[in-house]
Amino acid sequence: MADETSTPSAPSTSRPEGSGPSSSGPGGRPPGGRPGGPGGGGRKFFRRKKVCKFCVEKIDAIHYRDVRLLQQFVAERGKIVPRRLTGVCTTHQRGLARAIKQARNIALLPFAARY
Amino acid sequence: MQRTYEIMFIVRPDILDEDLDKLIAGLEGNITQGGGSIKSMEKLGRRKLAYMVKKFNDGNYVLLTINADGSLVGEIERRLRVSEPVIKFISVRMDEEEKRVAKIKAIRATRKKLSAQPAATAPAPVEPAAAPAVATEAASA
Repeated sequence: MADETSTPSAPSTSRPEGSGPSSSGPGGRPPGGRPGGPGGGGRKFFRRKKVCKFCVEKIDAIHYRDVRLLQQFVAERGKIVPRRLTGVCTTHQRGLARAIKQARNIALLPFAARY
Repeated sequence: MQRTYEIMFIVRPDILDEDLDKLIAGLEGNITQGGGSIKSMEKLGRRKLAYMVKKFNDGNYVLLTINADGSLVGEIERRLRVSEPVIKFISVRMDEEEKRVAKIKAIRATRKKLSAQPAATAPAPVEPAAAPAVATEAASA
């Protein structure tokens, strides 16, 4: 689990979204989950706890029309950024994915950005 | 059963303004004749498309918010599909989402009341404190 969360932190920095630069939101959890604690020695730097943008800013409806908002959760190539990188909560990620897919259908967002 | 829908469609960019107005007017006529009602109509203007659609790179976006039956929406979709200048459309049902948002807002409003309550209860302990004083006074008297 530690490998999975730590490796994608590099691509996450390439995203335009500034609020989620820190990877692995449950930063304090892996040492507790693993009694041996080899991961604890590996990660000495502090990672900010990620929070759901929609919960914090109280954005209730994720609408397919606000491209500005959706674009923050889409990678450069047009992929939906996983929750583990952005820190969005499950409920909102579901709504977000739906909105992004609707926006793709009406050509507001690309299915795949060309290089 | 009447439900709220949002219909967004893209009209080809080389259409004239009056033709676009005519198209929208015709569509609105279809909706009202079919037993629906229009809540709002918005021309979002010309926008660059995220990908090429029918060899067009930009399009005129139009957004219609309507109250209609499911069957009427089907009919409108059919018309959009047939009409030549419309290159893409999407219809989304909104009422469930609106209901959900209203519910969340209501819950949030009750939460605010709870946070206001401690301020209301704070002066309350003062009164019981004053009351025993009165009681002791009564006892002494």
